[in-house]
Amino acid sequence: MSRTPPAPRAENPPPRPESPEPPPERTAPHAEISSARAGEAAVLRAENLVKTHYGEGAPAHAVRGVDLSVRRGEFVAVTGPSGAGKSTLLHLLGGLQRPDSGSIWLDGDCTDGYGEARWAVERRRRIGIVFQFFNLVSNLSVADNVELPALLAGVSRRRARAERQQLLSELGLQGKERSMPGELSGGEQQRVALARALVNHPPLLLADEPAGSLDSKGTREVTRLLSRFHQRGQTILLVTHDARLASAADRVISFFDGRIADDAELDGTPSRGTGISGVLELRD
Amino acid sequence: MRLPLLALLARGPAHGYELKQDLEQLLGSAYPQPNVGQIYVTLGRLEKSGLIEGEEVEQSSRPNKKIYHLTDAGREALRAWYEETADEPRVRDEFFMKLALAPRTGLADQIALINKQRRQYLNTMRELSRLAATEDRDNRVSQLLIEGAMLHLQADLDWLERCQEELEEQG
Repeated sequence: MSRTPPAPRAENPPPRPESPEPPPERTAPHAEISSARAGEAAVLRAENLVKTHYGEGAPAHAVRGVDLSVRRGEFVAVTGPSGAGKSTLLHLLGGLQRPDSGSIWLDGDCTDGYGEARWAVERRRRIGIVFQFFNLVSNLSVADNVELPALLAGVSRRRARAERQQLLSELGLQGKERSMPGELSGGEQQRVALARALVNHPPLLLADEPAGSLDSKGTREVTRLLSRFHQRGQTILLVTHDARLASAADRVISFFDGRIADDAELDGTPSRGTGISGVLELRD
Repeated sequence: MRLPLLALLARGPAHGYELKQDLEQLLGSAYPQPNVGQIYVTLGRLEKSGLIEGEEVEQSSRPNKKIYHLTDAGREALRAWYEETADEPRVRDEFFMKLALAPRTGLADQIALINKQRRQYLNTMRELSRLAATEDRDNRVSQLLIEGAMLHLQADLDWLERCQEELEEQG
């Protein structure tokens, strides 16, 4: 039955170019085993993630034993009702919150021993994130917002500027370099956030309700841009309650009550039943 | 099909193939076009019921064609059509019956039913997104048709989500 979590996927990504890596802060007990698996590494893998929020009232079991693997080049959407825990899941995967138990591997590297600082480094190098409310630095210009993560990652000023120029023009934001975030529309701010997330060419892009505060035109725009970056090979994990946005992905995970209820490849094969002509036909 | 054809004839007389072309131009490639045979059959019925009248026009090298125009009764029918509001879309009643009856039959799991149905809707949604991307952006009527279909599908998907939420809570 489709309630059971999916079997691990076949993983056979192309070799990744060598890059200097800071040493892990602490070696996880099962690092040996996981690095053996790393030969067949997914961009992102999670095993048995659990996260419970303790606040007022009963503890909220946000994530209850999630196994997940995202292959290189995949575009995965996680959908579900609000409060299902999907944003918590994304926060765990981006190191913004730590799981109570379970492990996460980035490109085959176990992150069990990563502290705050190391995760911050990873969010510049291997993971780009966009949020519902853009989270731009409000007193920095558009250009500085985009260049900042590149500079923090040690890229030269010149290259940071070149990357920024290229991304902004690609995202239709030429001429907005000097603007402050507050002067832009929501859709424009989200495009700046997208440029900021991608400026260091992270292998993985995480998007947390990226259209959640946009109107339907802005939603279409974000959908189109994510699809375009995906077509160029960007791996994307998206959390959204918007079915239209989710359908841009090639795999949709339905998340209910802290668990994966379904994990479906959208293969684009014509759907059964009357399908697309059935929903479009005007009848009298 | 009947009333849209009447509406197309409100502007002036036309023959069957012209009406098909008008429809294509208006709605774009998104709309599943009726074949020309369907159009001729419908025109025949409209003529029989006195809403339109056809006139044979001789053509030198080809068989005669029939040019239709709206009768007074036809114009009246069209006016009445515009007077009425349209019916609401209906909940997918067949799926709902399956879902509601599943526990009694012992033949299907409700969550599995929802998952299967969702996959189908999502695939259709994906096709619609692609269609919207390939369809002429300037054809507003056609883009709105696709967007309407997507919003309906979205409502159905939201409703599936609600069903699943309720059922997962019980389970």
